[in-house]
Amino acid sequence: MATAAVLTAHTDTPSQLRVYLKEARYELTKLARNRSFTLSITGFPVIFYLMFASMNQHSIYQGHLYARYMLAGYACFGAMGSALFGIGAGLSHERGNGWLELKRASPMPAGAYLLAKLLASICFGLAITLLLVGLGTLLSGPILSLYEVGKLLLIVTGGIVPFASLGLLLGLAMPPNAAPGIINLFYLPMSFCGGLWMPIDALPHWLQQVAHVLPSYYFSRLALGALGYSTASPLTSWSVLVAYTFALLGLCGLVFRRSEARA
Amino acid sequence: MPVSAAEPIAKVRGVTKRYGQQVALDNISFELRRGEIVALLGPNGAGKTTAIRTLLGLTRQTSGEVLLFGRSPIERAGRLRTGVMLQIARMPESIRVREHIDLFRSYYPHPLPAAEVLSIAGLSDIAGKLFGDLSGGQKQRMLFALALCGDPDLLFLDEPTLGMDIEARRALWEQVRLLAARGKTVLLTTHYLPEAEALATRVLLLQAGRIVAQGTPAELKGRIQTSTIKCRTTVPEAMLRALPGVSEVRLEAAGSVLLLTSTPETLLRALLPLDADLHGLEVTGTAFEDAFLALTSRQPPATA
Repeated sequence: MATAAVLTAHTDTPSQLRVYLKEARYELTKLARNRSFTLSITGFPVIFYLMFASMNQHSIYQGHLYARYMLAGYACFGAMGSALFGIGAGLSHERGNGWLELKRASPMPAGAYLLAKLLASICFGLAITLLLVGLGTLLSGPILSLYEVGKLLLIVTGGIVPFASLGLLLGLAMPPNAAPGIINLFYLPMSFCGGLWMPIDALPHWLQQVAHVLPSYYFSRLALGALGYSTASPLTSWSVLVAYTFALLGLCGLVFRRSEARA
Repeated sequence: MPVSAAEPIAKVRGVTKRYGQQVALDNISFELRRGEIVALLGPNGAGKTTAIRTLLGLTRQTSGEVLLFGRSPIERAGRLRTGVMLQIARMPESIRVREHIDLFRSYYPHPLPAAEVLSIAGLSDIAGKLFGDLSGGQKQRMLFALALCGDPDLLFLDEPTLGMDIEARRALWEQVRLLAARGKTVLLTTHYLPEAEALATRVLLLQAGRIVAQGTPAELKGRIQTSTIKCRTTVPEAMLRALPGVSEVRLEAAGSVLLLTSTPETLLRALLPLDADLHGLEVTGTAFEDAFLALTSRQPPATA
């Protein structure tokens, strides 16, 4: 082999799509094989849904079974957990243990890494939603039409994005050992106050006011809308979620640049 | 952009890196050429990590220029022909050896076949194992394998044999020599000086952010040129001190005498006629470790 050929041959870049797909596939594999992750992100929504919603077998809320109404909130709760823990705790660990540094020293496109994390959390969010729909159907009969399930899955796919951005921010800022605790500090109050665990009008009046600034509230409004409950206009909800996404990603950029300056 | 064979693989020109008041790298310049194995050595805090991170594009220098194959390592394209082995506390543990390699290979335009990566790193038998199930030495080899995935022309190895047993260490050295023989360039950092001595074709000695010495391990040893003469003799200490070329005399508890000199032959010619009963004679040259210590303690750090 001629020297010049060896030195010039390696300049073209590999197929970007293949890299993105592989990165996403292995992120999903990694999380799916991590039993403590899968158990904790599915465990909470499933147990809470069974305890708070399905136990009230015959109660009616807004003209339908209570278990049907609450399915929307718990689907959002599950998706939020998948994004916050999958991205937040995952990134915090990979950053803290030097793995991210090795990835950054490789020619991996940064976008592949981030998109893989987003796609994996969407997949888990959808899986939890389907699991909850299955549980609800098992306990309360066919409470959703296929069309409604499809709409709910679409809302989960889009609505998870601001929480993925929050996960990214926490992952960039948190030391790995503190990650689960800090994430729960955001996850649980946001879920409760956003009306994901019980209908928003069951909360004290002042908490209902707090809900109106939380992305979790708007996420659940969209999910409820998908199941045919009358809520505020979806346009408002989407606008709030998009605004949150941009604000959080802006903060991510700030935190990242600050840590780069110290590196 | 074609790079001719005579062009350096990596160029570091006048690089300074400051963290606030602290100077981590103080105007360092060096080049890496094709087929070289260069060891970057220095005491802790000398700037080795900063130098490597700057070369990898993980941190931006305050001033000066870093080029890999004529491009900045900050650009992704500047990293397409490099492979990196870093000290990593943990990597994703629920991914198999084979899968980690499959993913890293996909980052590069002309990756090394997976089977070859596995065989060079000695992982062929455990390709199906999860990373979390590997032993310390196997994990280290896994990291070496990731550095090889892209069939890189420039390899960065940070403490490559840490935690390996002697056999695995020698096997890895052999692979590094083979890679260099194929024209790959290797930049190595290590705390294990025999590793630098065994592998490196050139050593860069870093002290307080500056390159204080460079050359082959043999040249660096020659720079110090102290030999130790050990013997048992009845010649009194005052006479020993008067011998030609003696720089230091030490009396050992066991009754033997140590003489330090840079001209052992002259000294011995003068010493031997003085004592017909002189015995237990040993002459040793400079150990690489002695050279390292002498060269890095010679210049006091420029900044506190």
